[in-house]
Amino acid sequence: MEPASAKLIGAGLAAIGAGMAAIGVGNVFGSFLESALRNPGAADGQQGRLFIGFAAAELLGLLSFVVAMILIFVA
Amino acid sequence: MATEAKVDPMHQFTIEPLFGTDHWALGGFNIAFTNSALWMLISAVVLYAFMLGGMKRELVPGRWQMMVETMTGFIENMLSANVGKEGRKYLPYVFSLFMFILFANLLGLLPLGLVGVHPFTFTSHFTATGVLAIMSFAIVLVVGFWKHGFHFFSLFVPHGTPLPMIPLIFVIELVSFLVRPFSLGLRLFVAMMAGHVLLEVLSSFVIGGANAGAFFMGLVSIPSFILMVAICALEILVAGIQAYVFALLTSLYINDAEHLH
Repeated sequence: MEPASAKLIGAGLAAIGAGMAAIGVGNVFGSFLESALRNPGAADGQQGRLFIGFAAAELLGLLSFVVAMILIFVA
Repeated sequence: MATEAKVDPMHQFTIEPLFGTDHWALGGFNIAFTNSALWMLISAVVLYAFMLGGMKRELVPGRWQMMVETMTGFIENMLSANVGKEGRKYLPYVFSLFMFILFANLLGLLPLGLVGVHPFTFTSHFTATGVLAIMSFAIVLVVGFWKHGFHFFSLFVPHGTPLPMIPLIFVIELVSFLVRPFSLGLRLFVAMMAGHVLLEVLSSFVIGGANAGAFFMGLVSIPSFILMVAICALEILVAGIQAYVFALLTSLYINDAEHLH
């Protein structure tokens, strides 16, 4: 396989990571909503933790985007 | 189709010297006034004007003062929830950080390209966000060592760790502490860059489809355009969330330095 095509295939495979991060971020917000609707009184106090979880899940998806960009434009 | 001019989605991130300052140098380093610097300046000036309009200290706040006070109150709440009463002294830093990033993200999204001015989102560069992250990290280190001395290293060994686990936990906690500035800067930079690349790619679909005839315009351009409007709304949300996450994580790290969990 030519290196150029291998790079593009690798970048495409890295997009799987973005989809996985979508599952993760959806899980964070979904779980938050599910429990927030059970106990709305406690929901506001947990917003900081919600965004910490969101940031952690999102970072890993963004890393896969970085991998794709490095494969296409840098490597 | 493949022989047409290829759209380069990374072109919008080019840093170029403005106003003929490209040969300015200081100690052998180029200090040209770039478009990145210009938009940093614009963000700072707009932020200054925004704050100035809300600092009239009227007894009955008007709309503008209400807007500014909501922002300061928001950050103050975040600091008092995450750091406690010691958090108040970091309010100026965290507030400036939050507002500067927020204004930079939002100004970079302005559709000024319609009138020929191309906004530059300097938060889509790791050099800019990395320095902001290093500033936060430096504050954590300085405060931690100033306040606790070498006891600060107990941050890496949580309470109640069994003795055999201490070397392993210490290394893991140390590594997770040391990658903080990278993850902090990387998150903001990649989130902004990804959004702008996505908008650029979608706009190239719109133009390319319209150029290829009426059929492709209906099939490709119009759905892409509708998607682009939705993504623009999403990008405004992301601009706010990323600024918030940056400030939130900074306040969490400051909490570690103040209280050593």
